[in-house]
Formats: sequence, C-alpha cells, structure tokens
Amino acid sequence: MPKVKVHRTSPSLDMTPMVDLAFLLVTFFMLISKFAPEEVLVVDTPSSVSEIKLPDANLITISVGKEGRVFFNVDGTTTRRKLIDKMGEKYGIAFTEEEKELFSRSASFGVPVASLKSFLNMTPEEQKKVRQPGIPTDSLRNELGDWIMQTRYSNPKAIVAVKGDGSSDYPAVGRVIEILQEKKINRFNLVTDMETRPTL
Amino acid sequence: MAEIQQKGGDEGGKKRAKKMSTRIDMTPMVDLGFLLLTFFVMTTTLAKPQTMEINMPVKPKNPDEQLQLKASNAFTILLGDNDKVFYYKGLNDGSAKVDLIESDWSKNGIRKAVLESTQGNKDLVVLIKPDETSTYKNVVDVLDEMTITNTKKYAIVPMDNADATLLTEKGGR
Repeated sequence: MPKVKVHRTSPSLDMTPMVDLAFLLVTFFMLISKFAPEEVLVVDTPSSVSEIKLPDANLITISVGKEGRVFFNVDGTTTRRKLIDKMGEKYGIAFTEEEKELFSRSASFGVPVASLKSFLNMTPEEQKKVRQPGIPTDSLRNELGDWIMQTRYSNPKAIVAVKGDGSSDYPAVGRVIEILQEKKINRFNLVTDMETRPTL
Repeated sequence: MAEIQQKGGDEGGKKRAKKMSTRIDMTPMVDLGFLLLTFFVMTTTLAKPQTMEINMPVKPKNPDEQLQLKASNAFTILLGDNDKVFYYKGLNDGSAKVDLIESDWSKNGIRKAVLESTQGNKDLVVLIKPDETSTYKNVVDVLDEMTITNTKKYAIVPMDNADATLLTEKGGR
C-alpha cells in the first residue's frame, strides 16, 4: 500500500496583522495619554462615589501629605510666571529671569518663599533628594493663603482642588479648608479615587 | 553567493536577477511593537482622578447675623479617633441632655440614620464635626454618605467644647 503523503505546511506565520495591531495600539496610547507628572509628595487619596472629573486646565492643586506637609501646584507656564513675579514683589525677593523660567516649568513644590530661590537653583536630582518642609500655613506666616490669592490674581479662572491623604489627621486638611474660606473661596474640589455607588 | 544556473531559456547569456522571497521575518518588529505598547501602558495615566465638589457656607461678617438653627432641624455627626462615628439628633446647647449614639460605617450604620432622619424632615441640616483625632478619610466618607443619601443641607462645623466633652464621655477620643 502506498503511503499517503501528508502535505506539510510551512511553520512560518504571517505576522503582518499582529504588527498592525501592535502599532495601532502603540499609536493609540501615545495619542491618548499624558505622562504621569512626577510627584514628590506621595498622596493616597480616599475614595468617593462622586463622578465629576477633574478639569484639565486652570487648576490649583493643594496636596496635603500624610505628615501634614502642604504642597502647592498650579498649571500653565504663563500663570506661573505671573505668580512668581507677584510673590517676589510681595515678599521682596528678586528672582532672576532664569529662576522665573525654571519656576514656570517646574511642578509642585513645598518650600517656604524664603528658600524658594535656593530651591530653584538646585539641579533636578538635588531637588528630588532634599526633603521639602511644606508651605507654611500657620496664621503668622500664612504663605499658602498668599500663594492662592496671587494665583487667583494671575489666573482668575483657576479652580482649587484639595488633594489630601486619607490617613492624614483632619486638622491638617481642615486648616487648608479654613484658609480657603478666609480667602472667600467657598467652592472647591476634593480629589478622590473612584468608588462604586452602593444601592440604598 | 553561488550562482545557480537557470535551466533552459539561456538566451544570449542574458543575466537574470535571482528572485528573492518577498516574505520578511516580522518577529523583531512584533517584539518592538509590544515592547513599546507595554511601556506606554505602564507609564501613562489613563483615568483622571475623580473630584468631589464641595460648597462651604459663606462665613458671615458678624456672628450675630447668623440665623439660629432650630434644634428640631439639626442632626449632628461627630467623628472620633480610630474611625469611630457618633451621631445625635438636635442641638447640644445644654438645655436638654443629648443622646449620643455610636454608629459605624456599614450600610445599616450612619447611612441608615441619616436617611431615616432626612426622609422624616426635609429641612434637616446635617452638621459634621470632625474631631482633631479624626482622619481626613473619615471626613470624605461622611461627605460621601451625604451624596449617597441625597442630603442637600450639610456643613462641616468645628467642634465646640460641649461636643468634645460628649465625645470624651463616650470614648471617642
């Protein structure tokens, strides 16, 4: 009996559709996403059922860490530039053009105004290493209030978002809310994680 | 590369280019593609954080101008240490003894209490008083309960001495 010859197919696959798919996804992710901004302060936000999304622009973010350190951030290079001009004027610190440029491009910070100049002159690596003490919020040196007010003057559209750590003691966040109220900002946002709404 | 003489059709010694296969090995390309894909998936933030909008009552310039809240319309939540939560109905103004009840964060805890009270009284105002020992998470949780129970009138109020002693008596701090 003659042997039936099995026709052997070549083991090489046509990978073209796979490449297509992979690069389509790469393109999709590149276009849709933003790089996660580098955070010096780790904030673990509590969760809520609220479904409002945080706006993209015109945002003042006040972060409160676990130990009650307060950090400040505002988006927009023009706003930041105006802001440092105004803060320098108010506190009598002359910032050089270079420092202003650095400030307009930097992210959130938590140093008193007095040490901001030396902080800006550090290299990014040094800035990461140094432990920022947080912005003073006590009633004697209410720098946070000044930062907020000057930002509102620089960009009247700015919305305040408070990003507090869930395990921080309430007084730390409560003090920030108190300052906001003092500055007549009675409407603000609390940044939270998502949580499913339970049925009643 | 050794030339393989083509059989037949050798007209006038015309050289013909060897036909190469058009198939390309795409494995490295796939590798690269998925490497980039993994990188982008891992480094980027897709989900934007949620926010909770909160409106604080405007602080009156003169405390005497403030309208007094009727005791029948008040519902107070006290936040203590270690995630403890207490509530009482009415006001703690010293005229009557208030009945502080310890509650919890479960479905039948503070949520039920708030829901029952708001359904019975449309003008009810919930006063949230976080103690110094309470955490920010508890405050957000209470505000969340307000959203869940559809309570419209609520305020975060600083804790006064009367409430603080009440809380201490119950072991909430």
